[in-house]
Formats: sequence, C-alpha cells, structure tokens
Amino acid sequence: MSDKSINQIQEEIIKEFSILGDDMESTIFYIMELGNKLEPLEEQYKIESNLIKGCQSKVWLKADMKDHNLFLKADSNTDITKGLISLLIRTLSTQPLDEIIHADLYFIDKIGMQKVIGSQRSNGLISMIKQIKLYALAYKTKLQNQT
Amino acid sequence: MTVKTINETISTIKEINPEKIRKLFPILNQEINGKPFIYFDNAATTQKPLRVINAINAYYMGYNANIHRGIHTLAEKATATFEETRSMVRSFLNASSKEEIIFTYGTTDSINLVAQSFGRKFLQQGDEILISTMEHHSNIVPWQMICEEKGAHLKILPINEKGELLMDEFDELLSSKTKLVSIVHVSNSLGTINPVKEIIEKAHQTGARVLLDGAQAAAHLPLDVQELDCDFYALSSHKMFGPTGVGVLYGKNELLNEMPPYRGGGEMIREVTFEKTSYNDLPFKFEAGTPNIADVIGFRSAIEFINEISKPGMLKYEKALLGYAHEQLEKIDGLKIIGTAKEKLSVVSFILNDIHAFDIGVLLDAAGIAIRTGHHCTQPLMARFGIEGTARASFSVYNTFEEIDKLVESLHRIIKIKRK
Repeated sequence: MSDKSINQIQEEIIKEFSILGDDMESTIFYIMELGNKLEPLEEQYKIESNLIKGCQSKVWLKADMKDHNLFLKADSNTDITKGLISLLIRTLSTQPLDEIIHADLYFIDKIGMQKVIGSQRSNGLISMIKQIKLYALAYKTKLQNQT
Repeated sequence: MTVKTINETISTIKEINPEKIRKLFPILNQEINGKPFIYFDNAATTQKPLRVINAINAYYMGYNANIHRGIHTLAEKATATFEETRSMVRSFLNASSKEEIIFTYGTTDSINLVAQSFGRKFLQQGDEILISTMEHHSNIVPWQMICEEKGAHLKILPINEKGELLMDEFDELLSSKTKLVSIVHVSNSLGTINPVKEIIEKAHQTGARVLLDGAQAAAHLPLDVQELDCDFYALSSHKMFGPTGVGVLYGKNELLNEMPPYRGGGEMIREVTFEKTSYNDLPFKFEAGTPNIADVIGFRSAIEFINEISKPGMLKYEKALLGYAHEQLEKIDGLKIIGTAKEKLSVVSFILNDIHAFDIGVLLDAAGIAIRTGHHCTQPLMARFGIEGTARASFSVYNTFEEIDKLVESLHRIIKIKRK
C-alpha cells in the first residue's frame, strides 16, 4: 500500500510541473520522459480485454486487487499517452479501493494537461480514469458479496 | 532542390506572391504556443480570406432574409445573391445549366443524396457499386447503407504500393451489374490524382454512372464537368476557402430529373395537399428547408478569390511546395512517405519508424505547426498499407517554402529528443 494519499501525490505532481513553467514543448517532453520510465506491462497482458481505445492511441490497462488496494499496470502505443498514464498510476496504484472510487483528480487541470490531452477523442486518458474507477468499484462489490 | 526546380519555383513565385496572399487571411497572423502559426492542415479545411468573412458579415448586417418566396426588398437581395453563387458554381464547374447545381451541406451530404436518391431509384438486388481502397469513409459508408437496403454489392478497386489505382483490375471489376462507380478525384490521405477521365469513359461503355468525390480536388484542379463527362461531382466549400456547412452536388440534368427527392419539406414542393404532393423543379426539389444562406453567400466570395488568384497559378505553386516537401522530408532518416503516386497533389502523408503519429502531431503543435494525424477517415486504406495512421501535412497557396523548412527542423528536433 502507498505511504502517501492520493492528494499528497497530486500536490507533488503539481509542484514538479510548476517548475517547467508555461513552455508547452518542455512539458510534453517531460511527460514523454515519465512515460519512458513507466514499468512495462508484460506482453501477455496486451490483449483486447485490457484495451482502452482512444481515437488515435491505444492503452492497455491491467488492474489487480490485494488487501483492499488496487494495483495498476498499463502501457500505450504512444509516448505521450504513456507519460499521462504514468501520472495516473503514480497517483492511483496501490491506493485503497474507496479512495480511488471517490478520488477527485484535480492535478490534471492544475498542471494544464487539458491542453496536451486535447479533445477527449484523441487519446484514452479520460476513458482510462473511468476504467480505473470501474475496476475499483467492481472489486469493492466483489468483496461486499463475499462477506 | 535542382536548378530546374529552383528556376521553376522562382517563376511561380513571381506569379503567386504568398506573402501578399497571406495578408488576405487574418487567422494566419498569430502565434500558437508562442511560435509563429504554421497551418499545414489544409486538406481538412482551408483558412478563409477576409472577403469571405466580410461577405457573411455583410449578409447578416445588411440583408438577412429568407430566400426564394419573399417579396420584400431584403428577400429579393438575399435571393439574388444566393442564386448568383449558384451561377458562379455553374461556371466554376462548367456545368451546362445552373439547375444542375444543388447546394448541400458538404461533400458527405452530396454523396448521401446520390446514395439515397439514385440508389433507391436505380439499384436492384445483385447490382454492384464500385469504389476504391483509397476512399474516404464518406464515400464508403453511404454505399454500404444503400447496398444493404437494396441487396446490392460493394466492389473495391485495389491500389498499388505507391497509392495508385490498379486500372487493369478496373476493367475486370466493371460489368453490366455495375450501376455506379464512385471514386475520389484526389485522395485526402495520399494526394493521388486519379485518372478520372479514363474511369468515366470505361464506366460509360458498360452503362455505369460515375460520381467523383471532388472534396480535395475542387480548390486545386481545373474542372470541367462537361469535358470530364462525369454524372455527379461532389465538393465542399470549406476546403475551397469558403465557409463550413456548404457543399455542392453537380448532377447531369436528365439524371437529376429522373431521381426522386430524398428529403421532404419546404422549398422542394410545388403543391401540397394531404392527398398528394407534387415536387418543385431542379435544383429546388433536392433543397428541402431553408438552406445555409449566409454561408452560400460566403462561398461566392471564396470562388471569386480562387478565380482572381487563378487556379493554374495556384496549382503550379502548390506543386512546387509539394515537390520541395517531398525532397526535404525524404532526407529524414527513418521517415517514410505514404503515397508516392506519379500524379499527386499538395498532401504529404508520412510515418516515422519509432515515433507514433499522435506524438508527432502534439509535438508539432507545441512548435506552432498544425498538421493532422491518424487514419484521416480512410481506415481501409490504412489497413492496405498495414499501418494505423500517418502524420499528414497538406499545403495551400498561402504556405511557404520557409514553413516547410520549419516543419523539417521541428521533425529533426523531435527525433533527436526521442532518440536521446
């Protein structure tokens, strides 16, 4: 489990991005760099059932649960989307299910990500947030049914 | 550049002065992400000269009125200006009469009109419609819909590795079952100029009708529908410096007369009773409802603009731009141009071996350069090349050689950072 809360991590990210300033190019290059550092998703998990399709980029997302926490791994075919994913994983992976379900991911707006993301059709980021929350909800329901 | 190309370019620039032309387009004079704006997305839509914007403004400020049946002064003026546009389009296409010019909402709408009206009247079970691998989805899906309804079949003319139609196979595919051949005049993804004259001649020999999707061609190539002898020609104003929401369907008079209206409403009727409605004459029977008056009037100014700059001059200049872009882009290590047809127009699609087109698009935008990335609404074509999409730069008369240099510089920069 993460030793930091979702909001603590969001604040860290906002601080990091504030150093980059307004320059769009450096922001994107930084995101791409983050993407390159993302722990790779094993090839056997890059399958249709893990796929979230954006208009132009693909995201594979795998979610597992352990002790009421959600563990996420993901990959994408574009470097920028991969970088955006790495931010989501950093914020949400290993967090408690309830925290994820109720998370308000305000860092996306604060770091000016809307400009990079562009329209929601362009990549799978928005669908990915939705999908992560759905996984958390599904695992929670599963736990409730077991008890 | 070779000496010959330089000389040709210099002589073209004397005829076409891009700096002077750029001043006519207010939108070009701005910065995007702190960099001078470079617009290379002209195949998606062209920018609008001030005169087009002014014409729309003047209509709303001075003579906004519904057209055709009003008897007051403004209605007369609006009707006259609207109908003048029709006459200008007639002469732009060299159609034999203005009744053959139907205003639609765009190329997609024009093709749907033919699919629904011509298709319902003339298609029977087992008939065939022939399109090609390089068609835009708007020249695929309307035919799939009507084929499904009528039990007709869609046949596909394949292309070679350069992105040229395999004309030998065209002869094989044509038969007495072929009711319509619907082919793109210039490909939006590849830039290929198709041999439409030959296609039309051959199709007519077997009794098939021919529709040309002219969305990418109309602003660039000289057009004469009578000389081409095509049965239908579809185009969009917004790809010709005009407003969005206006398109044209040219159709041969006798054919349009045989076709039933496919949208009902005002404008398109002669007399309505609850028992029976009789339809208006051409072109009005296909123009149900109040049309997009303001933008049709704006389109008139766009055609004036093209006529004043002169199409042959523009074409020569745009070909020089394309030639230069090819030369420069081909030098980039790992870059592959998709679409290398001998006859080609102002579009260059490319892939960079280890960089996704989406990343290229976002990074170029950060450098102030607008291109398009993705499948360009031609997924079957992308599948033919075994790719998901391309990065596409498309040029117009206001683009410059220096802008192409900046594109190439930016691509080098992206590659350098990616491979660091």
